[in-house]
Amino acid sequence: MGLEIQVQVNGKNYQSEIEPRLLLVHYLREVLGLTGTHVGCETSLCGACTVLVDGRAVKSCTMLAVQADGSEITTIEGLTATPEAAGGLHPVQEGFWEKHGLQCGYCTPGMILSAVQLLRDNPSPTEAEIRHAIAGNLCRCTGYQHIVEAVEYAAKKLRSRKR
Amino acid sequence: MIPAAFEYFAPKNLDEALRLVERHGDEAKLLAGGHSLLPLMKLRLSAPRYVIDIGRIRALHGVREEDGRLVIGALTTHHDVESSELVRQRCLLLAEAAAEIGDVQVRNRGTVGGSLAHADPAADYPAAMLALEAEIVATSSGGSRAIPAGEFFVDLLTTQLRPDEILTEVRVPVAGRRSGGAYRKLHQPASGFALVGVAARVRLGEGEKIESVAIGMTGVAAHAYRAATAEQALAGKKPGAKLLGEAAGRVTEGVDTLGDMHGSAGYRRAVATVYARRALEAAIARAGGKTA
Amino acid sequence: MATATKKYVGKPLKRKEDPRLVQGIAHYVDDLTLPGMLHMGVVRSPYAHARIRGIDTTKARSAPGVAAVLTAEDLAGAIGPVPCAAQIPDMKAAPRPVLATGEVRFAGEGVAVVVANSPYTLRDAMELVDVDYDPLPVVVDPEKAVRKDAPRVHEELSDNAAYRWELEGGDVKKAFKQAERVVKLRMTNQRLVPMAMEGRGVLAQYDRGDQRLTLWSSSQIPHILRTQIAAMLNFPEYGVYVVVPEVGGGFGSKLNVYPEEALACYLAMKLGKPVKWTEGRRENFLATIHGRDEICDMEFAVKRDGTLLGMRAKIFADLGAYYQLLTPLIPTLTGLMICGCYKLPNVRVEITGVLTNKMSTDAYRGAGRPEATYFIERGMDAVAAELKIDPAELRRKNFPKPEDFPYATATGLIYDTANYQGAMELALKQAEYKKLRREQAAARKKGRLLGIGVASYVEICALGPSSAMPAGGWESATVRIEPTGRVRVLTGSSPHGQGEETSFAQIAADMLGVTMDDVIIVHGDTSAVPYGIGTFGSRTLAVGGTAMYRCLENLRDKLLKIAGHLLEEDPAKLVLRDKRIVSKRDPKKSLPFGEAVAAAYTAKSLPPGLEPGLEATNFFEPSNFTFPFGTHVAVVEVDRETGDVKLLKYVAADDCGNVINPLLVEGQLQGGIVQSIGQVFFEEAVYDEQGQLISGELTDYALPHAADIPRIETYHTVTPTPVNPMGVKGVGEAGTIGATPTLVNAVVDALAHLGVRHMDMPLKRERVWQTIQEATGGSAGKARKAR
Repeated sequence: MGLEIQVQVNGKNYQSEIEPRLLLVHYLREVLGLTGTHVGCETSLCGACTVLVDGRAVKSCTMLAVQADGSEITTIEGLTATPEAAGGLHPVQEGFWEKHGLQCGYCTPGMILSAVQLLRDNPSPTEAEIRHAIAGNLCRCTGYQHIVEAVEYAAKKLRSRKR
Repeated sequence: MIPAAFEYFAPKNLDEALRLVERHGDEAKLLAGGHSLLPLMKLRLSAPRYVIDIGRIRALHGVREEDGRLVIGALTTHHDVESSELVRQRCLLLAEAAAEIGDVQVRNRGTVGGSLAHADPAADYPAAMLALEAEIVATSSGGSRAIPAGEFFVDLLTTQLRPDEILTEVRVPVAGRRSGGAYRKLHQPASGFALVGVAARVRLGEGEKIESVAIGMTGVAAHAYRAATAEQALAGKKPGAKLLGEAAGRVTEGVDTLGDMHGSAGYRRAVATVYARRALEAAIARAGGKTA
Repeated sequence: MATATKKYVGKPLKRKEDPRLVQGIAHYVDDLTLPGMLHMGVVRSPYAHARIRGIDTTKARSAPGVAAVLTAEDLAGAIGPVPCAAQIPDMKAAPRPVLATGEVRFAGEGVAVVVANSPYTLRDAMELVDVDYDPLPVVVDPEKAVRKDAPRVHEELSDNAAYRWELEGGDVKKAFKQAERVVKLRMTNQRLVPMAMEGRGVLAQYDRGDQRLTLWSSSQIPHILRTQIAAMLNFPEYGVYVVVPEVGGGFGSKLNVYPEEALACYLAMKLGKPVKWTEGRRENFLATIHGRDEICDMEFAVKRDGTLLGMRAKIFADLGAYYQLLTPLIPTLTGLMICGCYKLPNVRVEITGVLTNKMSTDAYRGAGRPEATYFIERGMDAVAAELKIDPAELRRKNFPKPEDFPYATATGLIYDTANYQGAMELALKQAEYKKLRREQAAARKKGRLLGIGVASYVEICALGPSSAMPAGGWESATVRIEPTGRVRVLTGSSPHGQGEETSFAQIAADMLGVTMDDVIIVHGDTSAVPYGIGTFGSRTLAVGGTAMYRCLENLRDKLLKIAGHLLEEDPAKLVLRDKRIVSKRDPKKSLPFGEAVAAAYTAKSLPPGLEPGLEATNFFEPSNFTFPFGTHVAVVEVDRETGDVKLLKYVAADDCGNVINPLLVEGQLQGGIVQSIGQVFFEEAVYDEQGQLISGELTDYALPHAADIPRIETYHTVTPTPVNPMGVKGVGEAGTIGATPTLVNAVVDALAHLGVRHMDMPLKRERVWQTIQEATGGSAGKARKAR
C-alpha cells in the first residue's frame, strides 16, 4: 500500500513510494539517508528534528512524509547550498562555530534551522526575540547563551552582506 | 514514536472530503496540520483506521473580512493568524492567543480548525473564541451550520461536531469602537499548554461603563467556558480595581476545576483570578485607548 | 605550564569538532546502518512491582518481519546481570537481570525483547507480546521503605535498607554540648532525569569468522563497557570491540552499562545479523538512570558569633530497585563533601541507601556533590537567618584561609588549594551585593518580593586516585608522532560534547611547537586507544589530559635529543617552536620539526641507545582529587499572586585552576548553571504511590527553555592545583553544583521577611505560592493593594 510522493530536498528531486504512516523525519533519515536531522523525543517538544518545509521551520517528527508531497525541504545538510551560505558555511552555522553555540551537537541541526527561519523573517532580532524563536528547541548542554550569541553573530553577518 | 498503520486519503476539495467523512466518519480522523492528531497517533493513543488529510483543500486556508466579521479558514495556521495584519488590526486578542500557542514550529503547522476540533482543555483558541463570541462552522454533505462558540465545547476533547462534519471556518465578529480584548496565559512549563488562560473582551459605553464583556477561560476545567457570573458582575458598571478584583474572583464559580501535578485545582482557581484580572485590565485599557 | 610556546593554551579557540556537527555530517549511533541490520525493541513492564505469571510471545513471533522474541526464560542465564562496581561494607545484593526474571521491580523494567526488520514492523510486533502480571505491593517513599512493615522490593532481602554508611570526624557530641545555638533543617534534593538530548543507542555486529563482536554505543566509558560486556556474555574480551561515535550528551547517564547493550550483542551473535536498538524518550525517562533523590536532616552546632562547631547529617538516599554501575556509591560522595568549603572540625554523617520500586539512581552531573553543596549551603543560610548574620558574612567567617591549604576535612579529604574568600568577594563585587541589599530593602517597602541568594561551593574533581575509586581512577594516553610529522593523540577519555578534540590539541600543539591542524585527538574506539576509564567526574583534562601531557613531555625530550644529536647542540638548549627545533643560544642552529621526526623513523642517525620511533604511552595516576570552588550570586523576584519566580541576575565567580580554553570553560559553566535552573524551578521525576513515573515525558517533565533564562555573567579567579602539572582542576560540573543552592537561597531570601525559612525544590509556582499563602495567612492577595 505504497503511496508515491515527490519532494525536493536540499535542491534535489526525489520520488519515493512510502507507507502513509511514515513520518517525515524517518523518510529523511531512513529513506534518503539524511541523518543530520535528529530525533530527540516522541512528543513533538524537543525540536531536534526541525527542518524547513517550504521555508518554514517544522518538526519533522510531527508530519507525515505524505504531507510533504510536493514540498521543498531544507535539512541541515542542505544549508551550505543556500544562497546565504555564499559557498561556505551558512552564517548561522558559522555563528554556532565561532561562538561555541554547541557542545554535544545533537540539538544543533534543529536549532540552526529555527535560527535560519528567524533571520529570514527578522534580520535584526533582539535577544528576547532570539530566545523566543528558539523556545521550541531544547538544548541540554549550552545553557542557550552561546546559541543566542551565535544567532546574533549570524544576524550581523547577514546584514553586513546586504549593505 | 511510530503510528499504527492506517488507510490514507488526500481529498483535493471539500466535496470529496465530505464524501469520505460521510463514508468513514466513525473510524476516520481528519488530518489538518497534524499537531493534535499525530502526537496522539505516535503514542498510539489514537489509532484510526482511516486518515483523511484535508490539508490540501485550498479553500479552507486564509483570513478574510466579510460583513463585519473575520472569516478564518479552518486550515489557517497559528502563524498565519498571529502574523496577519488584518487579525492584528481587527482582533488583537486573537493574534495574541495564536502567538501563545506552542512554539514557532508548532505555529507553523498547527491550524485553527485542528485545535478547535480537538478541544484540548488547555488549548488557547477555545478561550479566545468564547470571548470573541465566534461562530464555528461545521459542514457536512447536507450543508453547513454555524455553532456559537459558547455551545461548541461540550466536554473533555468533545465538541458539537458530528463524525460526518468537517470544521470549515470560524467567523469572528469584528469589535467596534471602544472595544478591547486581551489574552493572558500562565504556561504549563513542560507542554506549553495553558495552566490557566484567560481571554477577555470588553466594550465600554456611556460614562466609561462596561457595555458588554465576555471572558473565555481555558486550562481550568474539562473544557473551555465563559465565566458568566464574572461577566454579570461587570456588566453596566464602571471598571475600577475593586470591581475587577471581585469579578475576577468569580471566574471559576460553579466550575469543576481540574487539578494535576502542574497545578492543583485550588492553585488554578487562584491563578485564574489573577490572570482574569490582568486580562480584564489589559482589555479595558485597550478599549479606552484605540480599537483593538 | 612548561610548554615550549603558548600559542594556543589559554586562548578562547573555536572547536575542531564543530564543522562536522554544524553541517549534520557527524554520526551518532542511530545514524549508523549496516547491511542486513535488524531492530530491537524492549517490551517494558507497566507495573512497578509485579510477579510475571507468563509471557505469551506466539503472536509476536509470527508477526511480519519479526526475527526473534526473547524473554528471560529463553535467555536461560546466557547473559550475566547488570554490573555494579561499587562496594560498600555490608551492602545487600540487588543485581539487575538484563530481562526481568519472575518479577518486575520498577515500571519500565524490560520483560521481553523483539527483533524485527524495520522500526515500524518492530513497533507493531511489540504490541503483540502478551504479559500476564500479578501486581505486588509497591514502595516508593524511601523513609517508609525502611519501616518493618514495608513491602520488600526484593523478597529475598530482609528489608529495603541496602546499606548504612557512617562517617565521623572530630568530636561531634562535644561540639553540640558546647553549642550556643543548634540550627536544624530538613531538605530534599529531588529525583531528576538526566535527559541527554540523544537517548541511548546501541548497534551490535558479530563476525562469525573472526569471532569479533563490535558494539557501537552512546557511552561515556567505552573500555569499562567492553570489559563488562565480555564478562556478561562470557565472551573473550579480546574479541569485543567497543566504538563510541558521536555522543549527544551524557551527564552521567551514559556512565553505565545497561541491559540493552548486552542484549543487542547477544542477539547479533545469535541471529548472525547486526542488531540496533534506539532508545525512545519515554524509555529514556523510565529506564535510563536517574539522579539525586536524597533527603537530609541537618543539624548545626554554632556559636552566637557564627562560628561553626559541628554538624550532623542524616541522609536517606533512594537507590531505586537495582544497582546500576555506581548506584550505591553516589550518596557516599555526598557524605565526603558534606563539610563544603568551611572549617567544620566535628562532623557526623549517616547515610541510609534505600531500595524502592523505581528506576535506579546513579551519577547525574555532579553525582553526590550537588547534593552535599545544596545541603550545606542551604544549611549555612538557615544558620545565618537564625543568628541574623548576613549570609555572605557567615561564609567569610568560616572559610579556611588560603594559607590553610592543603586543608584536611573532618570527612577525611585533603582539599588541594583554594582561596574561597577571593572568589566570593569577586562575585559579590560583580553582583554589587551591597547595592542589591539596599534595593531589596526598598523593594520590600513597596511590597515587592526581591531575593538575593549567595552560595559558595567546593567540589571534588579529577576523579580520582585509584585508592578512592571503585574501578581505577587513572587515565591513559598514547601520543604518536607519525612519520609525516602529524600528531595522533589517543586518549582513554571519552568526551561527548566537552570539546577535548580542541583542548587536548591546544596542549599538544603548544608542547610540540606544531599547529592545531597537525594534531588529531582520537577517542572512543577501544581497538585504537589504550585501555582507559572514561569521561565523568570532571576528570578528562586533569587526569586524561595529564596522561597526554606526560607522553608529550616524553616525546618532546626524545625529539630534542635527536635534534641535539643532528645539530650538535645540547638538547637542554633546544626548544620546539613553529615547527622547528631551535637553539636558544644560537637561533641559526635549527632544524625543521619534520626532519627530526623523520630521523626518528629512518633511524640512521640517532643518538646512541635511543630507540627509533616516536610513540609514548602513559597511565597517569593522580595523587589526589582536585577541588575547584567558587561563589555564585542570584537575584530573583517573586510574583506574590502566582508564585512565579523571575530570575533577574546571575553572577558566577568560579575557580577551576588554570584554563586551557576559556570558551569551553564558559560553555561548561553556562550549561551547568542552566541545568541547575532546571532542577530548582522545573524538573522532578515524580512517582506516584503505584510507582508510576507521572512526569515521564517531556509533556510533563519541564526543562529550561531559552526564553526562561537571563544572561548569565561569569567571572574567574585562578588558583592552579599542585595535583597535576598543568594546574587544571576540572569544570564540567561546577555550574550544576554552585547554582542550585544559590537559586533556592535567593527565593527563600525573597520570602524571608514573611517568616519563610525553607522550601524544597523544585520551586514550582504553586509551591512558592502555597508558601506565601501559609506565611501570610492567605492574605497575599490583600497585600497587593499596599503596592
